[in-house]
This record gives sequence, C-alpha cells and structure tokens, in this order.
Amino acid sequence: MRRMDLRLLLPTLSLLLLLGAVFWMQPRAMSYTGLNLLFNLSVPIALATIAQMLVIMVDDIDLSIGTFVGFCACVTATFLHDTPLLGVLILGAAVAAYAALGALIELRGLPAIVVTLGMSFVWSGLAVLMLPAPGGSSPAWITALMKARPPLVPMAIIACVVLAVVGHLLVTRSSLGTLLRAVGGNARSVSRVGWSVVRLKATAYGLAGVFGVLSGMALVGLTTSADANIALRYTLLSIAGVILGGGEFTGGRVSPVGAVIGALTLTLAGSFLTFIRLSPDWQIGAQGVILIVVLAARLLVRRRAVR
Amino acid sequence: MMATTWTRPWFWAFAAAALAFAATVVLTGVQGAGGLLVAALTFASFSVLVGLGQMAVITMGPGNVDLSIPAVMTLAGTLSLKLMGGAAGTELWGLLAALGIGLGAGVANYALIWLLRIPPIIATLSASFVFQSVAIWSNRGLRIKPPVSLAEFSTGSTLGVPNAAWIGLAAALVFWMLIERTAYGRRLSAIGQNARAARLAGVPVEGVRAATYVLSAVMAALAGFLLSCFSGGAALNMGAEYLLMSIAVVVIGGSSIAGGNSNVPGIWGAALFMFLIVSMLNSYGLGAGVRLILTGVIIVAIVVAASGRRLTP
Repeated sequence: MRRMDLRLLLPTLSLLLLLGAVFWMQPRAMSYTGLNLLFNLSVPIALATIAQMLVIMVDDIDLSIGTFVGFCACVTATFLHDTPLLGVLILGAAVAAYAALGALIELRGLPAIVVTLGMSFVWSGLAVLMLPAPGGSSPAWITALMKARPPLVPMAIIACVVLAVVGHLLVTRSSLGTLLRAVGGNARSVSRVGWSVVRLKATAYGLAGVFGVLSGMALVGLTTSADANIALRYTLLSIAGVILGGGEFTGGRVSPVGAVIGALTLTLAGSFLTFIRLSPDWQIGAQGVILIVVLAARLLVRRRAVR
Repeated sequence: MMATTWTRPWFWAFAAAALAFAATVVLTGVQGAGGLLVAALTFASFSVLVGLGQMAVITMGPGNVDLSIPAVMTLAGTLSLKLMGGAAGTELWGLLAALGIGLGAGVANYALIWLLRIPPIIATLSASFVFQSVAIWSNRGLRIKPPVSLAEFSTGSTLGVPNAAWIGLAAALVFWMLIERTAYGRRLSAIGQNARAARLAGVPVEGVRAATYVLSAVMAALAGFLLSCFSGGAALNMGAEYLLMSIAVVVIGGSSIAGGNSNVPGIWGAALFMFLIVSMLNSYGLGAGVRLILTGVIIVAIVVAASGRRLTP
C-alpha cells in the first residue's frame, strides 16, 4: 500500500503545483466560477481516462476510445434526445460490442492495438452516418446535471471526486478489480486457478465501454451538441493521463485516483498555457513539454525511493 | 518453413489488394484500370515509406511503436520547403535538410526513451507534440510551393511506373537487405523475440533501439518531404492519416505485432490494399460513413483471419 501512496504523491504534487501557478497568475481563478471554468472539460476526459485505464489494466491498449466517445456523444445528441428508449438500447449495444471485442481479443490472441485501431474506423463511420455535420442537441437532464451549481464546490470537482472514489472502490478494493488486475499481472496463473480469462477480459472491456458512454454523455452535456470528430484527441489524452497518474502499461499496475488526477493535470495544463498568453502555435508543444517534465520528475522521485 | 507461396504471410495482403483492384475495375471498366494502378502505386509508396520505419520499431517487441511519425512528416515537409523557398538548384539541400530533421527527431525520441525510462508510446507522443508545435510556428499558414523540378519529379513517371513508387520500391529493397541479410536485422529480430536473451547473448540492445528509432524518424521525414513535393506544398495536417496507416500496413502485411518477426514485401501489399479498398468503396458510391465502417471491419477481419492461420500450423 505504501508504494501506491508514493506513486500517487507525484501526480498530486504536479497538479497542485500547476494549480498554484494558475492562481498566482490569475488570482480571480481562485473562486467558484474560476474553478468551474478551469475544470469544466475535465469530467469527460477523466471518464475516458478511466475507460483507457481499465483496458491498460488487462495489458492491452485502446486506440479507439476517442472515436468511441465521439460515437457515444453523437448517439446522446440524436437518439437519446429524440427517442430516449432507442438511445439507451444503442448505447447498451455499444457496451456489449466493447465486451465482445475484449472476449474476441483474448479468445483468438489478437493484438488489441490493431483491433481497436480498426474499431476506431467503425465508430467514427457510425458517428458520421448519424451526424454528417455538427449538430444534435443535449437531453435536458444531462445538461442540467453537468451545468448544475451545487453550493460551495463546483460540479466538475464533485464529479471528479466521485469518479475517483468509484474507480478506487471498483478497481483497487473490490474482488472483481483484484481479479482484473491479476489478469494484467499474470493471465496464465489466473486461468490456472480456474477463472475464465476470456470472461474477465470481456468484463474489463465492457466496463471500459460503460465509462466511454458516460464520457460521451458528459461531453454532450457540456457542449450541448456533438459531431463525429468531437473527441478524437481523447485517445492520446487518455493514454497520457493514465501514465501521468502513475499507471504502467504492463502488469496491471494502475491507479484510478491517479488516472483522474492525470486527466485533471492535462486539462489544467491547457488552461495554464492560455493564462500565460502563450502563442497558440506553442500550446501543443508546451503540453508535450509539461508531460516530459512530469515524467522526468517521476524518474527522479523513483530513484530516490529506491535508495 | 513452408515454401509454397500461399502460406507466406505477405500473400494475403497482395491477394486482398488484387481483389479490391478487380472489384473496382469491374465497375469502372478497363479504361480506368491504368490510372487506378498509377494512383495506387503513388499513394501506397508514401504509406510504404512510413510503414517500413514503423515495422522496424514494432519488430522490437511489445510497447515499441513510433507515434511521432505524422509530426515528423509535417515538420520535415514544412521546414524543407521553407528552406528551398521554391527556388531551383536547392533540391539537394532541401532533401538533406528533411533527412537531417528526421535524424534530429529520431535522436530526440530515443533520448526521451532512454533518459526518462518512459514507454516509447509516451515518449514519441510527447515529442510529437513539440515537433508539431515547431511545424505550426514555422508554417504560419504559408503555403510555399516546392521547386518545379521536385514537383515534376514527384508527380512524374519513369518507364511507366510513378517515381514515388520507384523510391518506395528502392526503400523496400534496402529494408529487406537490412532485415534479412545484416547483423542489424538479426539483432532487431532477436530483441523482439526476447530482449533479455538478446542482451545476455551480447546484442547491444540500446544501440539497436537507438538506430531503429532514428531510422523510423528518417523514413517519416523522407515520406513527408516527398508528399509535400507531390501535393504542391506542406500542410499542417498532412501527416494525420499516416499514424494509423503506418501501424495498419505493418500488421496487415503479416509482421507480428508482438515483435520479433518482420515482413517487408507484405508492407507493399498492405499499402496497396489500404489505398485500393478506399477507392473500391468510393467507386461503389458509398458515403464517408459506410466507407469508414467497412474499412474498420475489413482491418479487424484480416487480423482475425491472420491469427487463425498462425494458430493452426
């Protein structure tokens, strides 16, 4: 447990440092509205990061999560708004498809990176069919939920804390989560004990699908409309978020709390760069540099911990 | 090793490409076949150039993948065109600049992997953000035309075969020699099969890894240079589709995504297939949505079929 605590220390510190820098530069951000603006877009990114984390947990990687979130956003903005029952059915089928993919990947020993790459075409194709041009509208209850103004703490922060707690209970505390992490650690020994690795992988992918659906719904709640390419960058952001949060690509070593913090850090990095009036030309590059700096810091901390 | 042609991993990529070609020609008529072939050879050669580099990287085993290919293509294309400024007599300098940029990008990628001990996916991803930024900054919405000679060369043909395809073929030949006939190639496969065993056997693992990431970036830079000459100028999103493409051609071409086994001829087959499948779906008048769905379904189906072959020897 202590090693996990140490693993979380650095993502938390980098988030606080970045937050401190933003406050120092723009003290007015230190308010209810300011915080809400800073972290607003982090909710769908955090949900997508948790989805990615669930796949990385079983030693795979999901290159389709961005287009999948875009697909779910399009379903939310069209079917879920116009004919809620049909919308729910479609989203349910999408989750089932995710679970089936997980089973297929394990059953035939397929490379997840390529299967999800292929699926990314499928999801974006389906999204383009639904919404050839940006449009649709958000179901009222989702907008109401996403734009709610609870007292004292902004909605975005409450949502992220709830997500981190749910993720922690699901992945780190529950027996299912332990089993799933064991699949990432050593799938062969899990199957020798008598568990079906196919079923476990299907569960992990299915759960990833659920969080992907939630991410798409949250995104539409914020933007009030959708288009097929709305979440393309989520694929890379989610991978970066998992790694920033202390997760690793192999061995089932992941941290849901860390993943949420990683997603928050990436969102905040974007806002921070706007605050320092960095030329838009350099914004992407600076995000890359922030990623590199955090990872370099992690290396230094680990070296010290080993000593 | 079986000697019959149809058991070779690359056979299926070429067969699928031929099938897509035939299906298109049936609809468009024979008079369109020549033009389709020239277009397929030209566009496939760009995918081949980036695919070869990506193949070498993927051969090193799980976790090794170069996500900076699109950014390196864009950076090499924009900077080299800017340097040449469309003037005649600068062609060689432009090419050297592009290759130099590839070299620098590859060294930067590997430096991050080695110094920070981070997974290559994250290292090449963060580096690509920086490369992309430099390209955006240097481009500033300008569209500089390539020198006339280069524009003519990259769109022209020799002996009926597009010049771009000649370069793609030459690159494939060089890679085939490199992988099948040199110590570097043996070491590359050894690392992919078992990095620990390779290290114990005295393979300079880190040296080979460094060389491979540099190689991949140089190939991406060459592809970016050619593509921007071909399309009459560099664009900031010109590399975007080549990230998925570079990975897809490696896998469809029969190289093992788990590493340790690469397949050069398959890259060509897969690159032709990826272009022809889109033109086939196009000629059948399918919309963008259906086209994307079918492309995805076909990629997944090929991977499923290919894995079945490996399971039953």
